Amino acid sequence: MVKYSIFTIARNALTGHQNWPKQWRSPEPKPEYDVIIIGGGGHGLATAYYLAKEHGVRNIAVLEKGWLGGGNTARNTTIVRSNYLWDESAAIYEKSLQLWEGLSQDINYNVMLSQRGVLNLAHSLGDVREGVRRVNANRLNGVDAEWLDAEGVKNFCPIINISKSARHPVLGATLQRRGGVARHDSVAWGYARAADALGVDIIQNCEVTGIKREGGKVTGVETTRGDIAAKKIGVVAAGHSSVIAEMAGIRLPITSHPLQALVSEPIKPVIDCVVMSGAVHVYVSQSDKGELVMGAGIDSFNSYAQRGSFHVIEHQLGACLELFPIFSRVRMMRTWGGIVDTCPDASPILSRTPVDGLYFNCGWGTGGFKATPGSGWCFAHTLAKEEPHPLNAPFSLSRFESGALIDEHGAAGVAH
Amino acid sequence: MLNIDCPWCGKRHETEFHYGGEAHIARPEDPAKLEDTEWAEFLFMRTNTKGYFAERWLHSHGCRRWFNVIRNTVTHDIVGSYKMGEKPPKLPKRTGDAK
Ligand SMILES: [Zn+2]
Repeated sequence: MVKYSIFTIARNALTGHQNWPKQWRSPEPKPEYDVIIIGGGGHGLATAYYLAKEHGVRNIAVLEKGWLGGGNTARNTTIVRSNYLWDESAAIYEKSLQLWEGLSQDINYNVMLSQRGVLNLAHSLGDVREGVRRVNANRLNGVDAEWLDAEGVKNFCPIINISKSARHPVLGATLQRRGGVARHDSVAWGYARAADALGVDIIQNCEVTGIKREGGKVTGVETTRGDIAAKKIGVVAAGHSSVIAEMAGIRLPITSHPLQALVSEPIKPVIDCVVMSGAVHVYVSQSDKGELVMGAGIDSFNSYAQRGSFHVIEHQLGACLELFPIFSRVRMMRTWGGIVDTCPDASPILSRTPVDGLYFNCGWGTGGFKATPGSGWCFAHTLAKEEPHPLNAPFSLSRFESGALIDEHGAAGVAH
Repeated sequence: MLNIDCPWCGKRHETEFHYGGEAHIARPEDPAKLEDTEWAEFLFMRTNTKGYFAERWLHSHGCRRWFNVIRNTVTHDIVGSYKMGEKPPKLPKRTGDAK
């Protein structure tokens, strides 16, 4: 791997930038791997990277049915934060945020993490109480959090409308200053390049069509590019988790839904933080190109179609304009959808399964992007040691039998 | 936006309806006898079909009645709707499943 630095840029400038090597190989699949990761999104690539880096596993393949950065990794609104309510969630999301903070150096790839601060607005007395409670819970868990009243919100984000006559007035907000945004496809490409350098085979256009088992244990996969044997399989297939689970005869508590996002035409810098509202249901930030990046909640119905209904967009823009009347003349450029795997308690599943050697990392629902590094780090540990790390032990599939759910609907709400 | 056929009111816009998820999940006949795994199955585990899917809708801004719809979760095509308690129409073959 060519190390990226100012010197490599200078050297390549001399040859007109014609000689940059490919960032990763495109190998033919080998007949057998120690570990196969199904799904080449951020979480799957991060899993492969940490398996190779932290656990010395070298014979790994990542199978991706499409292309890198074609799924949810590059369809989300790139928000990164760790201010979840419960101890279990705070721990795993905070681990993730700490990895984010060193990620560009670690993988020698600029993921453009911008810790510009994330506001979660409160619009009712209930919201205020819940927000203050979450700030206190975050602080007890060592996660940075502040409570701002309406004037404090206005100071932090001057273009916001805090008028008391609004239908849902802004009464305050939680602020996580270490939260922010990152460049989403850099995350996929950066992890892919770093994993490839450690010998991981990244195989694109390779859709898994079957899970082979013998005596309750996995032996490999059937794919559109032939059968591949494997000792262990980690499934990181987001919206298609249930489809893979069905191949192995496993039931998951997951439903797949479209989650839509949209961007405006590029405008001059106008908002330098991330604003989220669970109550009026919208979140907004501005990309480096100047586009306003927005999203809200899922479409209610099950879908695998990567598109949703227009009324969902209308609803979130209504909310957006109440918060930011200044955007009323801004034109929207594109909308799109991704398929998210929602779980009944709005928390993920990183778990062994009843099938030996088969592991699932899924259920991140609407908020998986922020968890990419931590999710991969924990899942790599789970695959290598064949048991969960203490950080992901609470997120087992068995919690739906024991009843030990981790209800994060409040903190996850609209938060992505 | 989906156009959904209410069995009582006819075709209306999706915004008049609320979604109720997977259809035909039977309540346990004798809840006291259920094991934890059976509760998990009833409460949480879902089929999440890719392809033709039987689902519940509520006509909340209309007749306020629940009914079932067969819809393809890949193409969003609606095959038909039927009243609670009725048998679903015959499902098309799963040929339309893939992209
Ligand atoms: Zn009706």
